[in-house]
Amino acid sequence: MIIRPRSPSDLASSDITPESLYLTRREWLAAAGLAVGAIAGAGALLPSAAPAQQPLGKPFGLQPDDKPTPWEDVTTYNNFYEFGTGKDEPAVMSKGFRTRPWTVKVDGLVNKPGDYALDDLLKAGRIEDRIYRHRCVEAWSMVVPWRGIMLADVLKRAEPAPGATYVEFTTLFDPSRMPGQRSSVLRWPYTEGLRLDEAMHPLTMLASGVYGRDLPNQNGAPLRLVTPWKYGFKGIKSIVRIRLTDRQPSTAWNDSAPNEYGFFCNVNPTVDHPRWSQAKERRIGEFLRRPTLMFNGYADQVASLYSGMDLRKNF
Amino acid sequence: MATPAWWHTVRAATRPWWWRWAVWIAILAPGLAVIAGLLSDFLMNTRWLGSNPVKEGELILGQLTIKYLVAMLAVTPLRRLLGWNWLARDRRTFGLTAFFYGLAHFLWFALLDIQLDGVELADALTKRTYIIVGFAALLVMLPLALTSTKASIVRWKKKWTVLHRWVYLVPILGVVHWWMSVKADIGEPILYSAVFAVLLGWRVWHARRETSSHAATTPAAPASA
Repeated sequence: MIIRPRSPSDLASSDITPESLYLTRREWLAAAGLAVGAIAGAGALLPSAAPAQQPLGKPFGLQPDDKPTPWEDVTTYNNFYEFGTGKDEPAVMSKGFRTRPWTVKVDGLVNKPGDYALDDLLKAGRIEDRIYRHRCVEAWSMVVPWRGIMLADVLKRAEPAPGATYVEFTTLFDPSRMPGQRSSVLRWPYTEGLRLDEAMHPLTMLASGVYGRDLPNQNGAPLRLVTPWKYGFKGIKSIVRIRLTDRQPSTAWNDSAPNEYGFFCNVNPTVDHPRWSQAKERRIGEFLRRPTLMFNGYADQVASLYSGMDLRKNF
Repeated sequence: MATPAWWHTVRAATRPWWWRWAVWIAILAPGLAVIAGLLSDFLMNTRWLGSNPVKEGELILGQLTIKYLVAMLAVTPLRRLLGWNWLARDRRTFGLTAFFYGLAHFLWFALLDIQLDGVELADALTKRTYIIVGFAALLVMLPLALTSTKASIVRWKKKWTVLHRWVYLVPILGVVHWWMSVKADIGEPILYSAVFAVLLGWRVWHARRETSSHAATTPAAPASA
C-alpha cells in the first residue's frame, strides 16, 4: 500500500471522494464507516470536554471495525509513570503541568543542531490528523486520532550526518513538575530510541495533539512520539531532546527489565512477553478479545525494515 | 505502673451487637461492587471500574484476597493484645473470605480475562512463574477451606492443627505472586510484605517467648520454692 503523508490533513468528513484516490479499498471502507460513525455518533460518543464535531483525520491501517476509542478513555487510561503508576493517576497528577514555554533540543550527529521552541519545531513539517491503532505491551489497545508531523521532517531539517544510525529521545527530567520522578520506579529521565530508518519512516509521528486539539498533559504534552507498529511504551512523552547517534541508545524499559522489553518493541503476536501472551488484545471498550496483528496491522508498510532479522531475538 | 483506665475499658469490650452484620457487609460488599461495576460498565457504558473493567476487576479481586489474609492473620494478635477473645471465630470467616476471593480472582482471570483460551491457560499454569505461585496459594487454601468446619476439627484433632499450619504459607505465596506480576511499581507489594512480616513475625516472637518463659519458670520452680 502507498502512503501519501503529504496529502492534505484538514479534509472535512464529507470530502470522501478525493481521499478514495489514494486510499486502498479497505481503507476507503473504513474511512466511509468512520465518517458515518462520526456524523451519527460524535455527539453521543464524546463527552462535552471533547471536541465534538472535529474531523478525526485519515485512517491509517485500520480495519472496518476499528472505531476511534472515546476521548474519555484516551485521556484517563494512561501509562505515564512520571505522573504516577496507576492508569488514572496521570490525568489527575498532571493537571498543573505547564508545557509552555517548551524547548526541544535537536543535536548529536546532525549538520544543523538547534534548540527549538515547540511551535518552531512543528514548522518542520505539515500538521496532519491521522488515526492509528495503538497497542500497549500490556495486551490492551485503542484507536487514537493523533495530530502531529512526521518525525522525518524534523530530522531532514537537522540534516543527519553520515555516521548517524540511531535516534535517541529524552523526556523532561524535573521531579518538581513530574512527581512520579521522585520515586525510582524507572531510571529517569525516560529515554527511548529508534533506528534511523525507523525514525525516517513516514508512519512515525511527533504528535502534538489528539482528537484535533493540543495533547492533554496525561497523553504526553506537549510533544510525544507515535510509532503505531510498536508497543505503546515506545511512544516517549514530553520530549525535550532528540539526539542522533551512531550507537543504539539505551531505553528506559529495556534498562528496567531487559528480558521483558527489548530495543525494537515491535508488536508481534508470536513472541510472548515472559509473563503473558501477546497473541490477543483487549480493545478498550470491548469485552471479547481480538487477535493481535503482526506489526499491529502495519506489516505492509514496515515489515521490510526488519527483513532478515530474527524477531524472536530482536524483540 | 498503674494501667490507665481506658486500657481496662478497651480490654473489657465485648462483641458489639452489630459486629456480625459489619463482618458480613465487609466480606460481601467489595465482591458485589466489583460484579455490579463490571455489569454496569459493559451493559450501561459506565466507567465504575475505569476504562478496562476486566483488568481492573481482576486486580481488585487479587488485592481483596491479600487484604482478607491480613484480616485473618490479625485476629490472633488482636485477641492477645486486646484480650478480645470474641474475635476468635472471625479468623475462620476471614480465611474463608480470602479463599473465595482468591478463587474468584482465578476464575475471573480464566473466564473473563483470557476467556478460556486453552493455549494461554496451559501456558499460564506451566510457563508463567507468577501465575504458578498464585495458583499454588489457591491450592494450599483449598484443603484448608474444605476442612474449615467444626466437625473437621473434632474429627481430625491434632492432624487438623498440623494441616492448618499451612495457612502461613498462603500470604507469602500471595505477595510473591503480586510482586512478580507488576511491571515496575512494587510499592504496594512491599507494603503488604511488611504487614505480613509483622503479623508472622509476631507469631514467631510470641511462640519463642512462651517457650522461653515456660523453660525459665519450670527449672526455677524448685529453687524459689
